[in-house]
Amino acid sequence: MQDRPAARDISQVSFTLNGQPVSVAAAPFASLADTLRSELKLTGTKIGCEAGDCGACTVLLDGAQVCACLVPAAQAEGARVDTVEGPGPDAVTDRLRTAFLAHGAAQCGICTPGMLMAATDLLARQPFPSRADVEDAIGGVLCRCTGYLKIVDAVLDAAGATRSDPGRPNTVVSPSNHGLQDSIALRQAHGGGIGQPIDAMCTPVVGARMPRVDGWPKVTGTDAFGADAAPAGALWMRVVRSPHARARFALGDLAAVVTRTPGLVAILSAKDVPGENSFGIFPNMKDQPVLAPGLVRFRGEAVLALVGTRQAVETLSDAELPIAWQPEPPLAGIAAALAPGAPALHAGVTDNVLARGNLKCGNVAAGHASAAASAEGCFETAFVEHAYIEPEAGYAVPVGPGPDRIEVTACTQAPYMDLDEVARVLGIAHARVRIRPTACGGGFGGKLDVSVQPLLAVAAWLTKRPVRIVYTRTESMASTTKRHPASIWAKSSADAGGRLTAFEMQADFNTGAYASWGPTVANRVPVHGMGPYKVANALLRTRAVYTSDTPAGAFRGFGVPQAAIAHETLMDDLALKLGIDRWAIRRRNALDHGDATASGQILRHSAGLPRCLDALQGDWDAALARVARHNASSPRRRRGAGIACMWYGCGNTSLSNPSSMRITLARDGTLTFLNGAVDIGQGSSTILLQIAAEALGLPPGAFRMVVGDTDLTADAGKTSASRQTLVSGNAARLAAEDLRSRILALANAGPAASLSLEGPKLVILDGEASRTIDLANLPALSESKANSRAEAQISTAVLSSSKHGLADSIALRQAQGGVEDSVVVLEGLGTWDPPTTALDENGQGIPYATYGFAAQMAEVEVDVVLGTVKVLEIVAAHDVGRAINPTLVEGQIHGGIAQGLGLALMEEFIPGRTENLHDYLIPTVGDMPPVKTYLIEDAELDGPFGAKGVGEPALVATAPAILGAIRHATGARLTRVPVLPHRLWEALRGKEAAQ
Amino acid sequence: MVAYYRPASLDEALAIRAARDVMILAGGTDIYPAKAARAGWGDMRHKDVLDISRLADLRGISAQADHWRIGALTTWTDLIRADLPALFDGYRRAAREVGGVQIQNRGTLAGNICTASPAGDGIPNLLALDARIELASGQGRRLVPMTAFIDGYRHTVCRADEIVTAVLVPRPATPARSHFLKLGARRYLVISIVMAASVVEIGHDGRIGAARVAVGSCSAVPQRLGALENALVGQLVAAAPDVVAPIHLATLAPIDDIRASGAYRRHAALALVRDLLSELAADAERRAA
Ligand SMILES: Cc1cc2nc3c(=O)[nH]c(=O)nc-3n(C[C@H](O)[C@H](O)[C@H](O)COP(=O)(O)OP(=O)(O)OC[C@H]3O[C@@H](n4cnc5c(N)ncnc54)[C@H](O)[C@@H]3O)c2cc1C
Ligand code: FES
Ligand code: FES
Repeated sequence: MQDRPAARDISQVSFTLNGQPVSVAAAPFASLADTLRSELKLTGTKIGCEAGDCGACTVLLDGAQVCACLVPAAQAEGARVDTVEGPGPDAVTDRLRTAFLAHGAAQCGICTPGMLMAATDLLARQPFPSRADVEDAIGGVLCRCTGYLKIVDAVLDAAGATRSDPGRPNTVVSPSNHGLQDSIALRQAHGGGIGQPIDAMCTPVVGARMPRVDGWPKVTGTDAFGADAAPAGALWMRVVRSPHARARFALGDLAAVVTRTPGLVAILSAKDVPGENSFGIFPNMKDQPVLAPGLVRFRGEAVLALVGTRQAVETLSDAELPIAWQPEPPLAGIAAALAPGAPALHAGVTDNVLARGNLKCGNVAAGHASAAASAEGCFETAFVEHAYIEPEAGYAVPVGPGPDRIEVTACTQAPYMDLDEVARVLGIAHARVRIRPTACGGGFGGKLDVSVQPLLAVAAWLTKRPVRIVYTRTESMASTTKRHPASIWAKSSADAGGRLTAFEMQADFNTGAYASWGPTVANRVPVHGMGPYKVANALLRTRAVYTSDTPAGAFRGFGVPQAAIAHETLMDDLALKLGIDRWAIRRRNALDHGDATASGQILRHSAGLPRCLDALQGDWDAALARVARHNASSPRRRRGAGIACMWYGCGNTSLSNPSSMRITLARDGTLTFLNGAVDIGQGSSTILLQIAAEALGLPPGAFRMVVGDTDLTADAGKTSASRQTLVSGNAARLAAEDLRSRILALANAGPAASLSLEGPKLVILDGEASRTIDLANLPALSESKANSRAEAQISTAVLSSSKHGLADSIALRQAQGGVEDSVVVLEGLGTWDPPTTALDENGQGIPYATYGFAAQMAEVEVDVVLGTVKVLEIVAAHDVGRAINPTLVEGQIHGGIAQGLGLALMEEFIPGRTENLHDYLIPTVGDMPPVKTYLIEDAELDGPFGAKGVGEPALVATAPAILGAIRHATGARLTRVPVLPHRLWEALRGKEAAQ
Repeated sequence: MVAYYRPASLDEALAIRAARDVMILAGGTDIYPAKAARAGWGDMRHKDVLDISRLADLRGISAQADHWRIGALTTWTDLIRADLPALFDGYRRAAREVGGVQIQNRGTLAGNICTASPAGDGIPNLLALDARIELASGQGRRLVPMTAFIDGYRHTVCRADEIVTAVLVPRPATPARSHFLKLGARRYLVISIVMAASVVEIGHDGRIGAARVAVGSCSAVPQRLGALENALVGQLVAAAPDVVAPIHLATLAPIDDIRASGAYRRHAALALVRDLLSELAADAERRAA
């Protein structure tokens, strides 16, 4: 029969794109999202799942929001398509951008285009929406960073609606709001990128609600994430992964497949890895192969890499490859791996225990014996997926014939660690590797381990061609690390006054198939496991256990959130047994200035937990009263309030983790901040700039930024462990102070002098005296210094000064031959390493320079018939030392709370079963309660301007506060998370049966 | 390479359907996720596609003398915005709770029943509405009652040469009201753990003249609860929730999965059906007042 109209392989699709007619040759079944990105090169539309689950690809099709990943290109024919690159109907999208920037509604920015388009759809139809309307409109877009609150605020603001919606207030009680938000937002609104000097408007800079320096590209869709760019002609790679959790396999004739598959260039297997076929976080635990050598240890492990044209690698199915599998029984979960007679999963680790940690102080037996009350319990937590909306992606380029060097451009949290791994798997010197981080669409610990980097490097090295890869959502979820599931027993005792007399914990963590960060979890938990309380007698033991499950690694908190569920539940138990209010028992035990921790560290400053609790007291009392009133007349929908405390050491546990920063001043007056700390959305680029600007005494707008390129910036360490504000912040402060002192010395000026920079003229005002240094007359630093530093070539790098100035800083142009006008004449260097000491065999010592503290309160409503939980409000008091940028700090807190809520109520990764974002649930905008924030500033004297970290602390207290609230509402003491409706129902039924 | 057909008329579409092994594509909201799930594990194959989105006649809702005709391409958003009587309140409520707005704007009502997922939110509603499904092929058209349309787990009676062209909803003899409740573990974008839909015809005396109640996600195919429906007839609507007993749900066969346990589902279905009826009763009372 004749096909009419004919079946079409590639056809011309014509439509109106952002008001302009376009015509593009596209495969009709290719998605509109793919067509926009690949054919029309509009990469503002993001792809996070290709399944309608994340909404990152949201565009308007004939004025209605749709997921562009679900629309066949063919159906765009004749339609009107609006994307983030356009102004939107009546410039609505443009209005929203400005509001998003001012509110801090974009963190990593990967969800931002989708959010903007969903909100555009709303405002175009409904100019004055309510908060509920906004939630309905953006309900189909997931954000993993922000906790949504600032996004909703921004949309309402753009709509001109009042922000004081009585339904869901978001109060911020912050001591350091300098009221600069509006003036800066105003500048943005008038098109003045913050690349242009903000001058005096931002003094003091520390404490200002400055919009993120990298924000403008995020709200315009021009920020380049891992999947957004690659050299023309790059080959594509697709990884073939094990469908079995534990198996051996044999490979047939791969060369024959390459020969018969058009466009396929290579199929790589373990034997092709030129260097060591292994990677891992710790030098002595590099146990994960790049490509499995005939044996796989988890479902999703990389077996082969197909390299070729996109068409070739996306057409060849795994089933067509000669792999003969021999599955073996997997050891799923900790119990199976520890069972007597269980096979060893790794040679040399006969008991499957990868690492152990411990802490011992005093005498727990005596402590328990002397107590008025004791409580104990067993607690279980699940694998938790990071669910950053950006799946891993990037490309590698071989440089020079040979090749001489390899450059890997990918999303990452740890460029220098990536560099180590790439050098190792290629078997080449470190100097031959360059890592160029892209914008990172969320990390949360999941992008600390390498994923695409070694695979890309091997493929590009061997084929001598650029190679790119974009993980699918399924692949990202199945193959990358998770939060460790924990199995915890703990016992806590207190005297009649509620003061802790002993704490004991035995915690096992499922570290999955490979080591990754298992030892870190095993070491961090003993320090924190008793909670932020004074206790003289403690005994904590941890194990990280190998299993046949997905590798567990770093995830916001390294085991501490799991442990917090145990210690906070026991705290509530003790309060109940002793008849003490739950707030009061915590206040009585809270670590304060001068107290010793269980590891024997005296907290000399910045221990603000008592202040956090005091801030919450009024809310707590009010909540208890409110809940009691409600419950008096509501037998089915019961309310409850819960409270929890946390602490978290900033930086690595008793390990050196220095950061180095550099600030240069060039002959033409270019002030460049060379910052190796990657900003994964949390805002380090902005925070570090604020610190540097304050310490140097020049406005943030005077700086150009070079961020995280291993050829251009020194090692700032990884973006994890809540360390960048503290550690890199200090390095930035020191670098700025160094530069400042050199300037002052040149001008012979005193420490109070003020600086200003006008082109190559540096003006130093010291009291009445004013001096001008003409930078053009200074000798180049490289001339003046005999030994040129390894990173001296940095001086040849300048930033493209586009219209967005600073904002576009990451897109830097490296001038090969040196650019005359940017010859560096002055520089400031700063390196800082937190002062810690090694822990002895009892875990005694100084593991961290400082700790973040917090207390959070949750109010929930439980439907006791259905077992469903709605979180009504969270009140969070966080001691952050000093809020360098309150907007960003609140953003971290909101986002952490959203993840804590997910941990408590819905998130459970099950290998093989929840490898997508519809079976694995993270909170949507409708699940997020209003949050009231208290920022407590108990200055950390070792921190930059008193600051310490908040990234991980934000999350830790939320889940236990919610569990406490559920218990208060229903009497059910839940010890397993997530509290899915059926689990709560079972617990309630069990309680009924017991009565 | 996947062959892609996008005809402009139903006849052409039916001819292609008869001649080739093609997968029908309407809104694509089920097809693309399924494709991504397979590709995620290295299955890159896909059937050829028959895109029916150009068949404009298949879109929209029209009121006929004794029924409403809902064209196969009608989307959830179309349903939300259509001018329809209270009979459709439950179905429309389901529409508002499907996915997020993006999915509502694209997903079609026919696509939802053709996917035939046990958790398809449209299905219990169409069971309760006593709908009939219209299928067309080169041989002509046929009507299949909704109760017979889905004949197994994710399987329908739609033949390889057929296309679903419409969903027909009969006008009830007496004015009827409907309601729908969905239980999921989060607010938006959530697959139902259990859902229930009901249509009741209530006489002037406040007694139930006819009732249809259906439950989803508790069996391979969403089911009507015949025993309950019979028990409800003649009852005062205010007493309806108390009529519901576990025995009425005996035909359900809920399973344990990642979202819930079977035991919980059975319990939740009972609770949801009771809630559904009490909200309908409260609504009737409000109207009477
Ligand atoms: C993120 C997300 C959330 C979702 N949430 C929900 C939810 O909450 N509740 C819910 O019920 N569903 C949900 N869905 C599923 C989906 O949106 C619906 O089932 C939708 O209505 C399917 O319609 P469609 O037009 O998109 O179908 P398509 O994907 O185009 O087709 C679906 C199936 O039906 C067949 N088909 C379509 N039209 C016809 C026809 N006229 N004749 C014969 N066969 C046909 C196709 O061949 C295919 O097998 C969700 C989907 C996504 C991606
Ligand atoms: S990429 Fe389209 S919804 Fe996730
Ligand atoms: S800002 Fe929303 S996902 Fe990162």
